[in-house]
Amino acid sequence: MNTVLIAIVVIPLVSTIVTWWTPLQASRVVTVASGFAVFVLSLTLVPSATSHTFLAAGPALRADALSVVFLVPTTFLYATTAIFSVGYLHPPSGDAGKRYTRHFYAGLNAFCWAMAVAPIVNGLALLWVAIEVTTVVSALLVAIDDTDGATEAAWKYVLLASLGLGIALLATIVMYYAGTRVFGSSYDLSYPQLLAEAHRFPKDVVRLADILAVVGFGTKMGLVPVHTWLPDAHSEAPTPISALLSGALLATSFYAILRFFQVSMRCLGPTYPRNVLLAFGLASLVLAALYLLSQRDLKRLLAYSSVEHMGILAIGMSFSAPIAIVGVLLHVIAHGTAKGTAFFGAGSVVRKFKTKDLLRIRGGVALLPWSGPMLVLAVLGLSAMPPFGIFRSEFLIVSGGLSDPHDAVAAILVVLVTLAFFGLSWFTTETMLTPAPAMLTARLKRGETSRFIVVAMVLGLVALTVIGVHVPGQLSDLLHHAASELEVTR
Amino acid sequence: MAHPAPSTFTGAADVIAVLVLLTEFAMLRAPLLRSQVRLYAFQSLVVTVLAIVVAATRHIDELYVLAALSFALKVVIVPKIVLRLLSNSEVALAGSSAYGVATMTLIAIAVSIFSFFSIGALHLQSTALPSTALAISVAVVLVAFVLIILRSDVVSQAIGFFSLENGVSVASLVVASGLPVIVDVAFLFDLLVAVVVFGVLMRVHQGRSKTLSTDSLDRLKG
Repeated sequence: MNTVLIAIVVIPLVSTIVTWWTPLQASRVVTVASGFAVFVLSLTLVPSATSHTFLAAGPALRADALSVVFLVPTTFLYATTAIFSVGYLHPPSGDAGKRYTRHFYAGLNAFCWAMAVAPIVNGLALLWVAIEVTTVVSALLVAIDDTDGATEAAWKYVLLASLGLGIALLATIVMYYAGTRVFGSSYDLSYPQLLAEAHRFPKDVVRLADILAVVGFGTKMGLVPVHTWLPDAHSEAPTPISALLSGALLATSFYAILRFFQVSMRCLGPTYPRNVLLAFGLASLVLAALYLLSQRDLKRLLAYSSVEHMGILAIGMSFSAPIAIVGVLLHVIAHGTAKGTAFFGAGSVVRKFKTKDLLRIRGGVALLPWSGPMLVLAVLGLSAMPPFGIFRSEFLIVSGGLSDPHDAVAAILVVLVTLAFFGLSWFTTETMLTPAPAMLTARLKRGETSRFIVVAMVLGLVALTVIGVHVPGQLSDLLHHAASELEVTR
Repeated sequence: MAHPAPSTFTGAADVIAVLVLLTEFAMLRAPLLRSQVRLYAFQSLVVTVLAIVVAATRHIDELYVLAALSFALKVVIVPKIVLRLLSNSEVALAGSSAYGVATMTLIAIAVSIFSFFSIGALHLQSTALPSTALAISVAVVLVAFVLIILRSDVVSQAIGFFSLENGVSVASLVVASGLPVIVDVAFLFDLLVAVVVFGVLMRVHQGRSKTLSTDSLDRLKG
């Protein structure tokens, strides 16, 4: 019985209930405390997940190295977003403000609860349930600002994500059907059972389940062509929610795809599951790179950068070299950290300039002495500049790809990532570094809107630099462990 | 190779699955939003009957609980919530569609045929499981997609999603009836939460735009 797993499930749930009743100040404290508690707890799982094959609590909770790889960045973002929200959120006074605070903080905690639970439940059915909960909670959070844009984005999001999850449910049922050939008509979809016997499943049925899962969960992960909700929801949601959607939710959906990938690899061998991911990954990367070149909205720019990175993850999984898989898992952590930090910076800019329009934001670095430069650094980090974590992870993915017999894909990857780099860094550096016109500097005084925003960004950048310069030994063990869990074919 | 005569269970499951598909077609052509909601209630009732048939023939007692829950939720509560939402709305009770009935039905027939052939291509040779019902339930899912894509009002789109879930339920009952009932209950609970969220967002949309049409949702692009 692992009490840490139980605590990770219980703590955010308790803070969801508590923040529904407490006033703003108390909600802030509870959420920050809960975020850090869960993050520290998930860090304590890192050494034990590598020394044991898995940790379990009852039949429903189970964490192996792969689970912990996804749990750590999610809980890190929970903690940093909680700090960021203290500085970002200024609800109006009165009843409307109270209602907003209650909805926001209870929703934030519930959303993080569902995302923390998804990687540690044991089995495909419970995983689907957890991801469905993330959808319904986050859809309400996208709509919370009650503007025309937020309503439109929330409707598109809830409809498309629900349809995607409908397909993912079908995938789960088809996978269940595949298992009935081996286990008889009644069993649960727990991972150890599935992975041990997957080689005896009927191949055609597993093929169907795999592609349905990639389309279904891919909708929530933002894979092209089922990504269309993503830029709208990311740009219209309150910025703390954008950071969580982009940094944690997309990764959670990718985790679900990897669980199906794991079973498919053991049943079908590597070719089919890799090719499915390659097709979706290439489409995502091509489209995102082109859209990044023509964006005029700061948050949409970051949203398309997420589509780009999800494409990189999918392509990375299609490479056969083990080092590429390690790179993909490191990329999950690095992207979550970098994207969260970039959205925090975007939130600071939007608060200061009261617009997301890149053509109307000028002199960000001069007017925002801390968060301005840090936003530039975060965006450079997202574009895979050393010494940040994404440089290391993309380097591993590309070097794995080049050792592949089909190294053309790695070449295409490099070209498209470069294109995306131009789009992303050009617009942000222009916005942040071009001196502001005198009129603007007179209206907006130099200075930060909140020091909590700065703290959240510093934490993110430090983490991003640490995993870029030197991956701590235990984290590196964890990544290799998780990669070897994904590679076993028979 | 001579085919053995289908068992009573297979026959019953196939008939019920066909009924669910026909209801889906009827929803596609129903001009009034109210009748669409009633058709959804009927479709859910048929799915509940299927759950009872499966429970009786395979002696899975937990499925009776599921049938009861699914009846309460999908036949009574969900349609009631949506109908109340409609009665609060003064505008546009008639649904809207981009194409005529004939075109929509033809497209739906085409996607149904596609699903029959693609499931048929899997060669699921199993005497215990009715693969015809599986093909039909996939067809229901695809026709629900057609409904959502071609109808441009929030009620039809939400009902489209709920009926898609009915299609998945049929699949789950025929090929995965042994799924632990706690998981089924979790699925149903999730549906209930989704209904509430759809309801909230429909009201928010209606409050902002004074209509149920999704035509005004075209600001976010690129």
